[in-house]
Amino acid sequence: MLLGLLEDGPRHGYELKHEYDERFGRGRSLAFGQIYATLARLLRNGLVEVDAVEAGGGPDRKRYAITDLGITDLDQWLSQPEPPAPHLQTVLFTKVALALMSGRPATELLDVQRRAHLARMRELTALKAGGDLATTLIADYALFHLEADLRWLELTAARLDKLAKEVAR
Amino acid sequence: MNALLTARDLHRRFGRTLALAGSSVEIEAGEIVAVMGPSGAGKSTLLHCLAGILLPDQGEMVYAGRRLDQLSERERSRLRRDEFGFVFQFGQLVPELSALENVALPLRLGGTGRREAEQRAEEWLERLEVAALGRKQPGELSGGEGQRVAVARALVNHPQVVFADEPTGALDSLNGERVMTLLVDAARSRGTMVVLVTHEPRVAAYADREVFMRDGRIVSPVLAA
Repeated sequence: MLLGLLEDGPRHGYELKHEYDERFGRGRSLAFGQIYATLARLLRNGLVEVDAVEAGGGPDRKRYAITDLGITDLDQWLSQPEPPAPHLQTVLFTKVALALMSGRPATELLDVQRRAHLARMRELTALKAGGDLATTLIADYALFHLEADLRWLELTAARLDKLAKEVAR
Repeated sequence: MNALLTARDLHRRFGRTLALAGSSVEIEAGEIVAVMGPSGAGKSTLLHCLAGILLPDQGEMVYAGRRLDQLSERERSRLRRDEFGFVFQFGQLVPELSALENVALPLRLGGTGRREAEQRAEEWLERLEVAALGRKQPGELSGGEGQRVAVARALVNHPQVVFADEPTGALDSLNGERVMTLLVDAARSRGTMVVLVTHEPRVAAYADREVFMRDGRIVSPVLAA
């Protein structure tokens, strides 16, 4: 991701941090330590180079530029699909199964979860109302995933009796 | 709680199917409430009872201090026309009338003159971003355009309550979002209550809160442990 920002032109570490936070952070900013650790790794692998060094010490004096190798690496990363996450281990399923196995009310567990999901979806929808397109798209990403959870939850709610028999064995 | 619209212990049977099995809900003026639940849970039946379209076999509905279930059909019709607005999934526009005439219809039925009614209808079409479509017939509109016209018609009379039954059910995500945004913005700016039936969580997320139905009953809120 840092390579993507560097392709536009050389930057200092702190500039990269601020640009990343502004564009992609959405309330969760990158730590400086993480930025400098990543830059050190990219430097070691020849994907970036130090473009200028100002007088004085410390890592924030260096300005970094992307190398040709770095551009090739960025090309490759952008052209590769992300692995579709299989999510075969979910805490939610484990909770439902354990509730059924122990004779606790699984329907209530799903009702409580639905309410929590919908409350978060309302927050994200409100975020979209006042946001730019980038905010809308990232909120939509979260909204569609939460909606997928809820669809699973309804399907599970409709099959609880069957599941109860199965986990009782 | 100072509810504008209340349902108490509603029961409604269709043949051998029990659609409502003791539903109670209270909704305040200006609230936007999503009614959710699986197919057959009784969502639409509840909405039709709350709107005075359908009478329950048992239980009562109170709107602004009046027992809806005890009004005559004529009084309920007048209430629906003057104080309620409706948006459904399909087929709600009168096919013989233009989009503008469709939006003006509730005003005309309430006795507003043609010129004033059409002027106000035009303002609503503009607000719903379909001002250019006023002269078109419903058959010439896309699904999203038709729903915007329907929302304009539901709101033109400044109703106290808008009842919307799967208003985005036939639309793609982008059009559905736009229709919801326009409906909710307009309702909030006027303090209009919206009772929204939907099975889509993303649509329900536009509401202030949701009530969830299962087997004809509203699942009471359970506090998280």
